[in-house]
Amino acid sequence: MDFAIHITGFVAIYIFMLAAFAGWVIIGGVPAILHTPLMSGSNFVHGIVVVGGMFALLNASTVEEQVIGFFAVLLGAGNAAGGFAVTRRMLAMFQISGHAAKHQHPSHAKVHGPKAV
Amino acid sequence: MTLASIAQLVIGAIDLAAAFLFMYGLKRMSSPVTASSGILVAGFGMLAAVLASFFYIFDVTAAAKPFLMVNIGLSIVALIIGSGIAWWAGKKVAMTAMPQMVALYNGMGGGAAGAIAAVELFGAKAPGTTQLAVTLLGALIGAISLSGSLIAWAKLQGIVNKPLRVIGQQYFNMLVLIGTLAVGGYLIYVVHAGGSQVLSPPQLVYVFFACALAYGILMTLPIGGADMPVVISIYNAATGLAVGLEGFVLENPALMIAGMVVGAAGTLLTLLMAKAMNRSVANILFTNFGEAPKHAPAHIKGSLKPAEAADAGIFMRYAKSVIIIPGYGLAAAQAQQKLYEFVKLLQSAGVSVKFAIHPVAGRMPGQMDVLLAEAGVPYDLIFQLDDINEEFKTTDVALVIGANDVVNPAARTDKSSPIFGMPILNADQAKQVYVIKRGQGKGYAGIVNALFYADNTNMVYGDAGAVLAEMIEAVRGLGTKAAA
Repeated sequence: MDFAIHITGFVAIYIFMLAAFAGWVIIGGVPAILHTPLMSGSNFVHGIVVVGGMFALLNASTVEEQVIGFFAVLLGAGNAAGGFAVTRRMLAMFQISGHAAKHQHPSHAKVHGPKAV
Repeated sequence: MTLASIAQLVIGAIDLAAAFLFMYGLKRMSSPVTASSGILVAGFGMLAAVLASFFYIFDVTAAAKPFLMVNIGLSIVALIIGSGIAWWAGKKVAMTAMPQMVALYNGMGGGAAGAIAAVELFGAKAPGTTQLAVTLLGALIGAISLSGSLIAWAKLQGIVNKPLRVIGQQYFNMLVLIGTLAVGGYLIYVVHAGGSQVLSPPQLVYVFFACALAYGILMTLPIGGADMPVVISIYNAATGLAVGLEGFVLENPALMIAGMVVGAAGTLLTLLMAKAMNRSVANILFTNFGEAPKHAPAHIKGSLKPAEAADAGIFMRYAKSVIIIPGYGLAAAQAQQKLYEFVKLLQSAGVSVKFAIHPVAGRMPGQMDVLLAEAGVPYDLIFQLDDINEEFKTTDVALVIGANDVVNPAARTDKSSPIFGMPILNADQAKQVYVIKRGQGKGYAGIVNALFYADNTNMVYGDAGAVLAEMIEAVRGLGTKAAA
């Protein structure tokens, strides 16, 4: 059986079109308060490029390709790991309990999530 | 089934799951309640996809077989070093330095996409003209994103301070871009037509990358610091697009989908930012904003009236309501903790305190929200422009900390002002305005701020951290008898 993926012109355009639309809709309703974590989160998501780097490096057959492939994996891994670490840190700060009750009792508003180091 | 097709099956299935988890995770990230689980969901997807990518070793080309063990070793080393350093840096970086960190990670992603394209180009692996053209396009965008993000990082880090602007710069930049495209076009021609050539294809690839990297640098250098939210957002979208394009070349749908989702999301975010500044994206990128002829302060009446920090603090202590408008100055002074300490003092004295955030305050979309969250400010005290602007009229004190152009009433009233039409926070409508500011300088746009001269405004000069410390001391000095 052949499980190799073959993507030709029109299929690619369909994928791109649907993905672009999905991205637009997913982010569409986001409140401004989350703009930074969201940007950092989407920054993390394009860290998937590390997988492409792995493909390039594992298929490298010259020293030149090995060197460039090595950097592709190195940079992609940095993008993914770093993006995850900072997004997680930021989002951890938004954990606040008793959100609804606080409008009436501002003095109770001091409960907040774990602070980052 | 051969080992190769099992590998293809595993990679295909796991990448599919990863693409789903990315989209589901991003969806969860669009609400504060579910956001922190969203990044975990996406993180699982990433981990699975990276582990699955090791299955490529069962499906390598014949030419790469002899190098396989070395390549596996290199992969593991690169993964450990790359993720290790970035993880450590991401954990350690101060919240105020977050914009440059995101810029840096973004540049790494762009660089990785560019490097993948380079491997494809040097190995002459892309067969058809379409593949070759898409590879080059991805390489161009990735390389611009890499060098541009690095310049953005240097600017935010304070390594490059002044926007570099030369006459005719935009024409020169345009020339570099056209030159890059021409080299790319010539490369496609040489690969397909062969025959006589000035440079060999690998040499052309080098020239192509050099031009693309140079363009990224040239394009970012003239952009001012306050426009960085838009720039970071654009490069984020660009890297997504580059990753998506390289995904097409590698026939990897997970890369295509993840890249394109980010590309679209980044574009949307960019447009939101530009809208909040009432400027077009092209205007931000290609106009030397702030270099416009200096705006004559013709309509400004009144004078700058300095006030003592202690007096201002005590005044707010006896006010009924205070709205605080933080800007980049708060981040620069790292004064968010001090600010919340002061706010808690006011709250315990019965003052109603709210925060008003302008969409482009700071150096990254939403940066102020994150800083306040770090200090522990509950997010229901934080209001966005449209939700709070009506309240200034009925508010006793507006406290502006290190913000300038986003509270300049000229944007509402003065048609000749460069920022006319930009939505602003109506701080001037509060009964009393205090502005904490480092010095008497103008905003980044070089525009005189009429708010500072208004009759109901007093200026408190000094570093935001020091000023807030004085305010805290003054209010504490009143003792508890007054608070009762």
